[in-house]
Amino acid sequence: MSVAGINVLVDETRAQAAEAKAPLLSVRGVSAYYGSIRALKGVDIDVNEGEIVALIGANGAGKSTLMMTIFGQPQAREGTITFAGQDITKLPTHEIARLNLAQSPEGRRIFSRMTVRENLQMGAAVNGGKHFAEDLERMCTLFPRLKERIDQRGGTMSGGEQQMLAIARALMSRPRLLMLDEPSLGLAPLVVKQIFSTVRELNRTEGLTVFIVEQNAYHALKLAHRGYVMVTGTVTMSGTGQALLDDPQVKAAYLEGGQH
Amino acid sequence: MEFFAQQFINGLTLGSIYGLIALGYTMVFGIIGMVNFAHGDVFMLSSFIALIFFLILTTWLGLTSVALVFLIVLILAMVLTALWGWAIERAAYRPLRGSFRLAPLISAIGVSIFLSNFVQVVQGARNKPVPPLVRDVIVLYENAQYTVTLSYKQAIIMTTTALLLAGFWYLVQRTSFGRAQRACEQDRRMAALLGINVDRTISLTFVLGAALAAVAGTLYLLYYGVVSFSDGFVPGVKAFTAAVLGGIGSLPGAVLGGLIIGLIETFWSAYFSIEYKDVAAFLILIVVLIFKPSGILGRPEVEKV
Repeated sequence: MSVAGINVLVDETRAQAAEAKAPLLSVRGVSAYYGSIRALKGVDIDVNEGEIVALIGANGAGKSTLMMTIFGQPQAREGTITFAGQDITKLPTHEIARLNLAQSPEGRRIFSRMTVRENLQMGAAVNGGKHFAEDLERMCTLFPRLKERIDQRGGTMSGGEQQMLAIARALMSRPRLLMLDEPSLGLAPLVVKQIFSTVRELNRTEGLTVFIVEQNAYHALKLAHRGYVMVTGTVTMSGTGQALLDDPQVKAAYLEGGQH
Repeated sequence: MEFFAQQFINGLTLGSIYGLIALGYTMVFGIIGMVNFAHGDVFMLSSFIALIFFLILTTWLGLTSVALVFLIVLILAMVLTALWGWAIERAAYRPLRGSFRLAPLISAIGVSIFLSNFVQVVQGARNKPVPPLVRDVIVLYENAQYTVTLSYKQAIIMTTTALLLAGFWYLVQRTSFGRAQRACEQDRRMAALLGINVDRTISLTFVLGAALAAVAGTLYLLYYGVVSFSDGFVPGVKAFTAAVLGGIGSLPGAVLGGLIIGLIETFWSAYFSIEYKDVAAFLILIVVLIFKPSGILGRPEVEKV
């Protein structure tokens, strides 16, 4: 190999090392507005490679707004969002998705008039359907219910199955970062447990990075390495999942009575 | 009976043309929920484009192979009309996306008026004829009083419609572009979250709709041999009726609706009164809307939330 070639290699390694040190997703001083309403007021959040990070907060705190702002809908009016070293603050939504950032959004938003298979094909659209068969197989192993219903229309499935489909759809793009918005909403406790354990498993075995937004603070903080608490558009607290679980303020506001 | 059979063939032919135009209405409505009122005029415009190329190829260049002339004209009309469709969406509809619901509708009416006036100014207000290109007929049945025929023109029109419907159905149901299009229909924001370029998908839908209108326009010219600047309006409204009748948003529904309107109109003219043929077509629409508002093949919304 030529000297020049080695130099290139060294540079690449350096770049990778720098990238690995910097957070995978970094939200810095981000403000977003709906019309004239300031929904996010200077939010700072980091998600490192390989981590599960939870964002908890009450209804209307701006959690879902942050998820959508990361995807450019609405675009942040102040602050910057970087993903894998690239500034994505002003990118259009579909280009952000093509950077292998996947979201299972609030309300699941599966395509109800498409079959389960077609929904998964949509999830694989960013990589042009490469290794589709292989990934489909994987989803069927992770979520056996989807395999049973592969040719059924999404809209005819139960809420839990739809949530599994929404997560599987996001995973079909082989994301570097999986964002989950309220995956437990409206689901039976058993199904929630199942979904959370699948996420934990993916993180443990494949090092999947996960950013999860939840009202179900107990489950989310149990699952997460680190957590943030959001109140009316600002991050008020952060720490490891366990530390937040033990925090008296968090306990009082988000945990009492709703532990399981 | 022979008379009935002949009218049936004529009705299917007319219905095929309505069906082709209706496909454009239904696709655009499906994806952005907007009635593209300019679509009928795009159809008329395409007919003029076809007319110009017919004349260039036959009169100036002296081409005599009918199949070749037809094919070249069809392709050129499709390409140029598709460009118009793209430009119209870009200039008149896209800037209004996200505006209030009626805005693009009003803009569409504006485009419709613009197109018909533009063609009137550039081409003149008189009917424009082309020399008949295909004259042959197939005699299907013959007795002392009556002959039932299927002209080559009619056969071409029906076959083309059937092929295009099949092709488009395949495109929408089985290809990744079709999936992206259906995804945009159901949830544009989610489609974007999955990396779909929504604006481009909508653009392409307009382009395809216009190309289909161009096929209809070329066939219309072939069938009737004459076109005028005002020919966009009535066929446009009828095709829109066809799309609603068949179930707006459904491709087979659009063609089915077109065939029904074509048949009703033809039979009404043949058995009752030609003056009231439009009344008959629209009367049926009203009846269907009262008793089955989602149209014949339209989907009743069954969705779990």
